[in-house]
Amino acid sequence: MILRERQRTSTAVIWLILLTAPYWINWVGGYTPLGSRVLVLALAAMSLNFLLGFTGVLSFGHAAFFGLGAYGVGMTIKYLIPSTPLGVLVGMLAALAAAMVIGALIVRLRGVYFAMVTIAFGQVFYFVAFRWNSVTGGDDGLSGWRRIPLDFGFARLDILGDDKAFYYFVLLCFAIATALMGLLLRSPFGRTLLAIRENERRARFLGVPVDRHIWLSFVVSCLFVALAGALFALLNNFADPRTLRWDQSGDFVIMAVLGGMRSFWGPLIGASIFVVLQDYVSSMTENWMSFIGLFFVLVVLFFPRGILGMLARRAVS
Amino acid sequence: MTQLLLFNLFNGVITGAFYALMALGLSLILNLSGVINFAHGGFLALGAYLAYSLMPAIGFWGGLLVAPLLTALLGIVLEQTLIRRLYGRDPLYGLLLTFGLAFVFEDVTRSIWGAQSLPYQIPGWLASPLSTQFFFLTGYRVFMVVLVLVAVTGLFLILTQTRLGIRIRAGTLDLETVSVLGVNVRILRTLNFALGIYLAGLAGVLAAGMLGLQPTIGLSLIMPSFVAIIVGGLGSLPGTLVGGLLIGIASGMTTVFFPAATEAVMYVMMALVLLLRPRGLLGEHGRLH
Repeated sequence: MILRERQRTSTAVIWLILLTAPYWINWVGGYTPLGSRVLVLALAAMSLNFLLGFTGVLSFGHAAFFGLGAYGVGMTIKYLIPSTPLGVLVGMLAALAAAMVIGALIVRLRGVYFAMVTIAFGQVFYFVAFRWNSVTGGDDGLSGWRRIPLDFGFARLDILGDDKAFYYFVLLCFAIATALMGLLLRSPFGRTLLAIRENERRARFLGVPVDRHIWLSFVVSCLFVALAGALFALLNNFADPRTLRWDQSGDFVIMAVLGGMRSFWGPLIGASIFVVLQDYVSSMTENWMSFIGLFFVLVVLFFPRGILGMLARRAVS
Repeated sequence: MTQLLLFNLFNGVITGAFYALMALGLSLILNLSGVINFAHGGFLALGAYLAYSLMPAIGFWGGLLVAPLLTALLGIVLEQTLIRRLYGRDPLYGLLLTFGLAFVFEDVTRSIWGAQSLPYQIPGWLASPLSTQFFFLTGYRVFMVVLVLVAVTGLFLILTQTRLGIRIRAGTLDLETVSVLGVNVRILRTLNFALGIYLAGLAGVLAAGMLGLQPTIGLSLIMPSFVAIIVGGLGSLPGTLVGGLLIGIASGMTTVFFPAATEAVMYVMMALVLLLRPRGLLGEHGRLH
């Protein structure tokens, strides 16, 4: 009872912080687009964690779907229709299709094997974006397009010129996606995923079609990562081939682990720390790669359960 | 046309030999310890740069002998301090830690030796073509294939003929029983790790002679090694060797007909293998999990 109440309070606090962020972030040395970046990457890490933390399947190739979302929205706006929502939709559908096919290929694999295959498949998309110069812009990325202000017919939201408006647009997408994931996790489907995570063999004996559940979880997770990728491209008005590469996948995993894989909001905390740290370190030194690398090592050695995992453990004991 | 085909076929064999050398090291470590060593490419680059720096003092042949050994030594140090803590844990942590190490490696090589690519001097008689008709058969390329052949033969001899090798293979199947039989598993894992890193260092020195030196040299070779392991079958060293050669030759031949797909073709092969034979070409049954 007390636990549930505490959970409700912390959820309320999180939403309060997110809703008011644009009004105090400048005071603490940040800027509104940094807040948007935290939200976008947190959404990506939370989507990954749907698979990683709540199904127990390790994907190291989610950057591919993040990038598909990014290029989907960029290419739609640049070549097809100048509409932000349609672009996001195209990006998500492209990732959905790719996830359904790749998911079907790999759903029987587990553990290390699953991780290796997802890394390798992710690279395919990177090479396509990197090599197909005429369409994707190759190494330079896809530029020459901008996000289009939202037009509802009766009102207009200028997400292009107004950073705060864009932040709230991202927050709305974030809220819808996390609410959907939260609902899914509370449903019988989500409970079954937890059962698979805890003991796959037992779940199989109980008649759960394990492979189909893992496939579905993979597809859902990739779909929301693609939404995050589309928002990321909109944030930068640019799609970068490096968002498709394996080091981006690694960033998502470390955000989830740092915050706490077993908790729903953990990746949000992990992403906030990671983004702020990266922003700070890369402005301070040229050797930021060493810092990020050492950061990975330190997290694995000292925070394997993540920050929320450690807090929860302390609360129990 | 025959010239072109032969040229690319031979190129493919060389590339494949590289992939195989690197993938064999990765596979050794993965099979015994369950750690995917993302930093393998970093060790490869380090081997190459060490050989470069040692060259003025001990020459090409000395570098070829010493640099991989030094790399393996550093491998032992890192295994003792960091990698050891990963054994028996969720493979997630191994991936993340070695991933971080790969970053550190790349950054450190860049700050010591610079970001621009450096030339690597090979002995003059190795650099000249062997035949006027088949211009592509330079001595160095033939030498590389021979050396990889020697290294792979040596590895398989160690694994089948020496006590250490037999213990490594037994540990791959059932480490607990090996431990109960009185083998010091800690030392076994360390030596096995060093052996894998030695192969990476050797591949690095050879790669330096062909591609020159860049801090990113290891990164560009690690993904194909993953694919080689998957195509060949997890848990099978001969499979890894076959997988490496196959994808090397496949990308070599694709260069002739469809250059843009040179990198992509190996991933298509991987998809096909996963579709038709998920455990890989020579993978043993039941090692999927």
